[in-house]
Amino acid sequence: MTSIAPTGGSATRTAAGQTLAQKLIAHACGRERVAVGEIVTCKVDMAMFHDSSGPRRLQPMLEELGAQIWDKSRVVLVMDHYVPERDDDSRRIVRIARDWAREQALPHVYDSMGICHVVVPQHGHIRPGMLCVGGDSHSPTGGAFGAYMFGVGSTEMLGVVVMGEIWLRVPETIRMWWDGALPRGVTAKDMMLHMLGRFGMNGGRYQAVEFAGPAVAALSMQERMTLSNMSAELGAQAGLIAPDATTAAFLAEAGAPPVDPTPWFTDADAVLTQHRFDAATLEPHVAAPHSPANSLGVSHYAGTPIDVAYIGACTGAKLEDLRAAAEVLRGHKVAAGIRLIVAPASLRDQELARDEGVLQALMDAGAELFPTACGACAGYGDPMGDDITVMSTTARNFKGRMGSPSARVYLGSPYTVAAAALRGRVTDPREVLA
Amino acid sequence: MQPPPTLHKVWRLGADIDTDLLAPGHAMKHGIDVIATYCLETVRPEFARGVRPGDVIVAGPNFGIGSSREQAAAALVHLGVAAVIAPSYSGLYFRNAFNVGLLLLTCAEAETLKDGDRIALDLMEPAVIDPDGTRLACEAIPGFLVDMVRAGGLMNQLRQRAGKEPLDA
Repeated sequence: MTSIAPTGGSATRTAAGQTLAQKLIAHACGRERVAVGEIVTCKVDMAMFHDSSGPRRLQPMLEELGAQIWDKSRVVLVMDHYVPERDDDSRRIVRIARDWAREQALPHVYDSMGICHVVVPQHGHIRPGMLCVGGDSHSPTGGAFGAYMFGVGSTEMLGVVVMGEIWLRVPETIRMWWDGALPRGVTAKDMMLHMLGRFGMNGGRYQAVEFAGPAVAALSMQERMTLSNMSAELGAQAGLIAPDATTAAFLAEAGAPPVDPTPWFTDADAVLTQHRFDAATLEPHVAAPHSPANSLGVSHYAGTPIDVAYIGACTGAKLEDLRAAAEVLRGHKVAAGIRLIVAPASLRDQELARDEGVLQALMDAGAELFPTACGACAGYGDPMGDDITVMSTTARNFKGRMGSPSARVYLGSPYTVAAAALRGRVTDPREVLA
Repeated sequence: MQPPPTLHKVWRLGADIDTDLLAPGHAMKHGIDVIATYCLETVRPEFARGVRPGDVIVAGPNFGIGSSREQAAAALVHLGVAAVIAPSYSGLYFRNAFNVGLLLLTCAEAETLKDGDRIALDLMEPAVIDPDGTRLACEAIPGFLVDMVRAGGLMNQLRQRAGKEPLDA
C-alpha cells in the first residue's frame, strides 16, 4: 500500500490523543493537531545534502530557475559519497560541491569528516521537535533525536531549497514496543534485522515507525540511531524515538542549544498499531543475500564461509560498533585468508576509537583501515569483487549493491561480523565472547 | 468516434525491484543518459536497449525499495517508459517518480498482466485495460500529483512558475 489519498474514518477522529509523529508534523505546519491521512505543507527546519544527490544536481536546477536557497543557516552539506576522490568523475562531483559551498558561503559544511547521518547529529543539527529532510534514504536516522526526518530525492529537495517547505501525508504510527533488556552480544542492529525478517522491506508502508519500551529507552544515542537509520529498510517514512535525558545529554555534548524533550511523546490514548517484542530472548540475527528482510537467527546461517568482513557504514561503524568488534577481536588474529576492512563512520568516531585503543585492537587483529566515507556500502568507493562472500555491518545487501552482482553479502551486527572474521565463517558472536 | 486508445507494451518484472537494479551504484557518477543504459541490467539485460517510448513496466509488490536516488525513476523517464504498474511501491520512490514526471499506477491486480501484453491506460479513472478489455482499477492519485506528472515533473512546474519554457518530458 502506497496510498497517499486521505483515508476516510481516521480524519474524523479528533478527540483521541496524538502520536509523536502527529505532534511533530502539527508543529511544523503551524497547527494544534493533525489527523492521519491529511496532506499538509510543513516548514523545513533543516535540510541535509551530500555530494552525490546535493550540489551537482541542485546547482544547475537553481541556476536555471534563477532561484536562491531559502535560508542558508538551515542547510547542512556533507561530502561523504565520492570522497576520497579516486577518479576524474568523483573529483568533478566533489569539486562542484566545494565550489558551490564556497560560492554560496554555506555556514555548515562537513567535508570528508564522515558519513552525513553520523556527522550531522554529532554537530547538534538535529534536535527534538524539528522537521528535517535529507537527500539520502537513510535520513530517518534523525528520528532517533525526536525530530521528524525523512529522505527525499534531488528534485523534491530543490522544491525545499526554493520554498523552505514540503508536503506530506500525516502518517499512521506503527509502534515497535521492546520489553526487557538486550543480552550481551546482541545489539540494535539485531533488533532491526529481526523486525525486517518479520515485516519485510515494505512493512513500514511509508508510515511513521516509533521505537519504544524499556529496551529502547536503555539504548545509547548511537544504538538508537542504528534503529532509526534502518527504518528506511522497513519502508517507513520516519523512524522515531521519543527524546529523553539521553537525547538531551548527547546534544549538550554536541554543543547544541539547550533542548526540551518533554513535549515530544505519543499520548497514551493515541491511535496506533503496536507490535511487542522481548529484547531478553533476542538472538543475534543475520540477513542472507540479497535482501535485508532475508533475516533469521544466526544459527540458521552459522558455518557459511566468508571471504571479506566489512565493518563500515552509517549503520555499522560508529564508535560503539567499533568497540563491539574490538571486544571480539582483541588479542586475536582474523582467520587465515580473510580480509577484514574497517571504515569508521566519522573522523570523530575514529579518533575516539584510537584514543580508547579500539582501533589498535582491530589493526592488531589484521584489519585494513579504510577512509571514513560511504565507500563500499554505496558501491561507490572500493566495490567488492566477483563471486566473493562478504559479511557486513552495512544496511543493504541488494544484488550488486557493493559492486559485483555475483558477490554475496550477509548482514549482521559488528559483533557478528567480527566473529565471522575471527572464524572465517558465519558464527554466533556469543560463542567467542564467552 | 473516440480515437482508439494508445496501446502500451508490457515489460513484466518480479517483486522487490530495488533502486540499485534501476540505477546501479557504479553508474551513479554519470549523467542520466549513461545510467539509463545500465537500467535493470542484472534482471532484464535486454531492457535498456529493447524498451520503446510508450512501453510500460508491470511489477510485483514493493517496486523501488532502497535508495533515495531519483535517477532510479528518471532513467525510466529517459527511456520513454509511460508508466509503472504495481500493487505497491516504496513511498520514497513514489514521491520521486512524480517529481521527475514518471507516472506510477497502484493496481492490486497488476500481476495478472503478462510480459508482452498490449494494454491501455485510463488516467481519468485511473485504470488499466488488459488485452481482454477488462478494466483493472488503480488507486486514486491526488490531483496535485497528477498535475505534476502531466507537467513532466516538479522542475517543469517551477520553470513555468518562473515564466520559462517547460522542457519536453
